[in-house]
Amino acid sequence: MTIRAKHLVPGLLVLAAVGVAVVSSRPGYTQSTPSSGSQPQVKQYQVPKGASAQDEGQRIFAQNCSRCHNAPEGFPPRISGTIARHMRVRANLSDHDEQVLLRFLNP
Amino acid sequence: MELRNFTRRARVLRLSSLVAGLLALGVGHLAGAQDTPLLSGGVGFFSNTPGGNTSAYSILEPLAAVPVGPHLLIESRAALLETWSPNGQGGYDHSHFVGLTYLQGDYVASSHLTAVVGSYLLPFGTYNERLSPIWIGNFQDGPLVASLGLLSTGTGLGAQLRGNAISRAKYSIDYTTWYSARSANSQFSAERSFGGRSSLYLPGQRLEVGLSYDRSLQNTQENFYGMHVWWEPKETNFRLRSEFARGHHAQGYWVEADYRTAAFGGLDSFIGRFEPLFRMQQTFRRDTIISDGLPLLNTQRADFGLDYNLPHNVRILTSYTRQFSSTSNENIWETGIVYRFLFPAWRGK
Repeated sequence: MTIRAKHLVPGLLVLAAVGVAVVSSRPGYTQSTPSSGSQPQVKQYQVPKGASAQDEGQRIFAQNCSRCHNAPEGFPPRISGTIARHMRVRANLSDHDEQVLLRFLNP
Repeated sequence: MELRNFTRRARVLRLSSLVAGLLALGVGHLAGAQDTPLLSGGVGFFSNTPGGNTSAYSILEPLAAVPVGPHLLIESRAALLETWSPNGQGGYDHSHFVGLTYLQGDYVASSHLTAVVGSYLLPFGTYNERLSPIWIGNFQDGPLVASLGLLSTGTGLGAQLRGNAISRAKYSIDYTTWYSARSANSQFSAERSFGGRSSLYLPGQRLEVGLSYDRSLQNTQENFYGMHVWWEPKETNFRLRSEFARGHHAQGYWVEADYRTAAFGGLDSFIGRFEPLFRMQQTFRRDTIISDGLPLLNTQRADFGLDYNLPHNVRILTSYTRQFSSTSNENIWETGIVYRFLFPAWRGK
């Protein structure tokens, strides 16, 4: 038994339909920002409902970091610079984006 | 047996010395307040059952990142693997592997240029660099075509230039180009080769399109081409990733979709922590010369997964795969649990 083209194309169409349905439903994609305390908690990256002026750091994080992986639940601010530099290399961030990301991770 | 134990101890010693050396370098430099060296990585236990034969393995993938001064970052990842697989006589064989995955120095030369020197992951496509760590990948095993373009080792030994060529509000373009020398060293094996990758990213659409190319320059010289498309619609938790790769003797693609819902109390709710997955992949042989790690016959696979994201960076991965080829069809069941760790290399104030 093999997957024939006549089965593959409908399968991909169903997948696309699911994608469109997901986009159109636009569920509450909530987002928490790092706390201002000594332990920035970068929890699940979720955009607050109705957020119109999204922080640039959040945008950089969402577009470059959580594109590949879930955010770690938290880490000491002492390593935020190392994380930002690692992400700069791995995600090909610009110098500006690295600085913005660093301020987001360790405000 | 004695020789194997000695070899294993020597490898562990070399790895330990390397990590200690890296950390000492960070200490010696008196890193800044936010630039403390870090230890990250993942530890996991997995089982997979292809065609009714269950194998199990545990793996520890530590990663060390040590900033040195304002421009330099030294990073390395290793793998410590223990495998138990059926020996066909009702028992299990045990094997182990310890090795460096990569060890590289990154020098940030300017806003748009970073020079990488050392042993690095080949930046062909997206899987090897971005999705291969066990704490990132949604499925336990990589795509069938992941070996295409990775030149049998997955790593290069030489230099790499990379960075962000253009960064605008509406689009950005990044690039990576590299040259690798030939190396038969067991920890830093590589083929003489060169290649590059470039990606266009549209933040408004959350769409990324990229092209990859590399060429083996030793023995039979071969070209490999790749293309990837990632789409992660804004304000959703839906991700669609796909990749196509073509080699001299085979080609194939994979498409992966995953989704988490925030409709039932957010992503941290019981329901929100579930992550259903689907991956479709096909490979096609262009001739009968086998040199790329792809199946010997045209193969189709459908992977259905369900991950659960527990608190404290723990993740459960499960999947069922149905694989089709002209000689036989096969079911593959996989389960696993992964813990991702991330902490400073030493205690601070």
